[in-house]
Amino acid sequence: MIEVKNLSKRYGDKQAVNNISFKVEKGEILGFLGPNGAGKSTTMNMLTGYISSTSGQILVNGVDILEDPIAAKANIGYLPEIPPLYVDMTVDAYLGFMYDLKKCKLPRKAHLNDVCNLCKISGVRNRLIRNLSKGYKQRVGLAQALINNPPVLILDEPTVGLDPNQIIEIRTLIKKLGKSHTVILSSHILPEIQAVCDRIIIINKGVVAANGTADEIARNITNEHKMTLRIEGSTHTASDKKEIADAIRALGGVKYVRADMEREKGIYDYDVEAEEKVDIRRAINDLCREKGWNILMLQLSDLTLEDIFLKITMGDTVVGDVSQQTETSSGPKLNLKVEDGQLIATEQLSDAAEEILEESAADMNKADDEEENGGEE
Amino acid sequence: MGAIYRREMGAFFTSGIAYVFLSVFFLLSGIFFFNGVIGSFTTNTSTMFSSMFIIVLFLIPILTMKLLSEEKKNRTDQGLLTAPVGLWSIVLGKYLAALTLFIIAESIVFVYSVILSYLGTVAWPPLLGNYFAMLILGAAFIAIGLFISSLTENQMAAAVASMVVLLLLYLLDSIASLVSNEYLKKGLNALSFYSRYVEFTGGVFSLPSVVFFLSVAFFFIFLTVRVLDKRRWS
Repeated sequence: MIEVKNLSKRYGDKQAVNNISFKVEKGEILGFLGPNGAGKSTTMNMLTGYISSTSGQILVNGVDILEDPIAAKANIGYLPEIPPLYVDMTVDAYLGFMYDLKKCKLPRKAHLNDVCNLCKISGVRNRLIRNLSKGYKQRVGLAQALINNPPVLILDEPTVGLDPNQIIEIRTLIKKLGKSHTVILSSHILPEIQAVCDRIIIINKGVVAANGTADEIARNITNEHKMTLRIEGSTHTASDKKEIADAIRALGGVKYVRADMEREKGIYDYDVEAEEKVDIRRAINDLCREKGWNILMLQLSDLTLEDIFLKITMGDTVVGDVSQQTETSSGPKLNLKVEDGQLIATEQLSDAAEEILEESAADMNKADDEEENGGEE
Repeated sequence: MGAIYRREMGAFFTSGIAYVFLSVFFLLSGIFFFNGVIGSFTTNTSTMFSSMFIIVLFLIPILTMKLLSEEKKNRTDQGLLTAPVGLWSIVLGKYLAALTLFIIAESIVFVYSVILSYLGTVAWPPLLGNYFAMLILGAAFIAIGLFISSLTENQMAAAVASMVVLLLLYLLDSIASLVSNEYLKKGLNALSFYSRYVEFTGGVFSLPSVVFFLSVAFFFIFLTVRVLDKRRWS
């Protein structure tokens, strides 16, 4: 349906998009993910013919957007980052204008009614767009994109500014539309992309950093096999913790063990990482049976989209640090988190120091850990 | 083109620009009509038409200032440029909307001529010639205003810049008289809008001038299309 070949865009000496290629099949919902300024909107603007590419080719339904822009654009419904609304018009007048502009041949009244019902704006059709709330403006923008029932929908951050209920409504709507349309969706909200999209493309610094389903991307990015264990020792004291951690570390195939905080009275959690594709769950089970410990919980913690996103977009330096941390188990651990939209890497205290501070800082750690594991729960 | 034309006409009236434009145009032309025609006990409308050059000059930027600048500022150009319409349709739709409003405004002279017909005999050929001259003058000015509007995001900047440019065109004759270089003087005179327009009010129907005004209109519409096109590439 859409084919992008070696697409590049250069603004002066800034390379906004660099040699991007991808394909979107009919009926697929593709998610565009990337930090601010990664080139998401630039790519979308090129796909819709708003700006031209410096080099490369875009085929929409087999039509080159530069060679026959009018035919190619007729296949696309576009909701830009800022909906292109004439605020001095009523919703009805505006949608009528877009209907005429797109030279729509569908029965006018019925089609506009359908679109309004779909976007739930039937109640505001006679109001001036100027007086609508941000959420309604966004929906009018979406309605405008749906006029003439284009086979391809390109939506640039469609849920920005909506309240949680509306976000769910719009997501449901996009899923529904995805059955009959090809949808390209950009967002910086990770759960949204995960909930809605069949496939994800992560763009970073103008290049495609990853392309595939969330699972595929996770598999390609790392072979690490991580899990969280909760093991009840025999003495219910801190000495259990060291003993259990050392015992697990001694197992074959274990790469890294870290005793986590006390989750239940005298019982600790352990983050365990196995070497590539080695399943150590049975070995751990045997070990515990032998020693008389009880496994109270075993949770595989595969990478979430958030982890992947951070890994890709934080660049090489951090990835390097992470691998260093896996080699020396007592070394400093980097704790990545997002605060106010900024990626912040903080150094966690080593295990020994942590033990001393654990009591007093338990609450703080808890908050940290919850943030770290937020995507998995 | 039709959709853009209709929207633009609607926007002229909902934004109030049409009312300001028409009322100021009617008021000033009425003053010129009263002083220059009725007050001088004549049915010759030439003096009125030659004075109207300056009204047209100052009022047309008001019509054209937001045609493209507002689109860019509010990002509504994204809706237009990603719709299945060509750049020429977009530009011509807007151009024709402004031209239509201008034609409505200058058609007030027919009301004046009806008043005149009660007071004496109206010389229709010069009146229609003048009407036509003003029409093509407006057509050229609107194209210039539209072009300037495509260059900026700020409608006030577009209005002021258009007024300055049109004023310079008006003053071209006086500038030419100050120039000593013979060739430059000739060139400037050849570009003069005012002397060509006044020729019509004197009763001369000059085909080269008609071609000149229409060429200017076409040239600036073409440039506007190029500006929109170039923006996509930069």
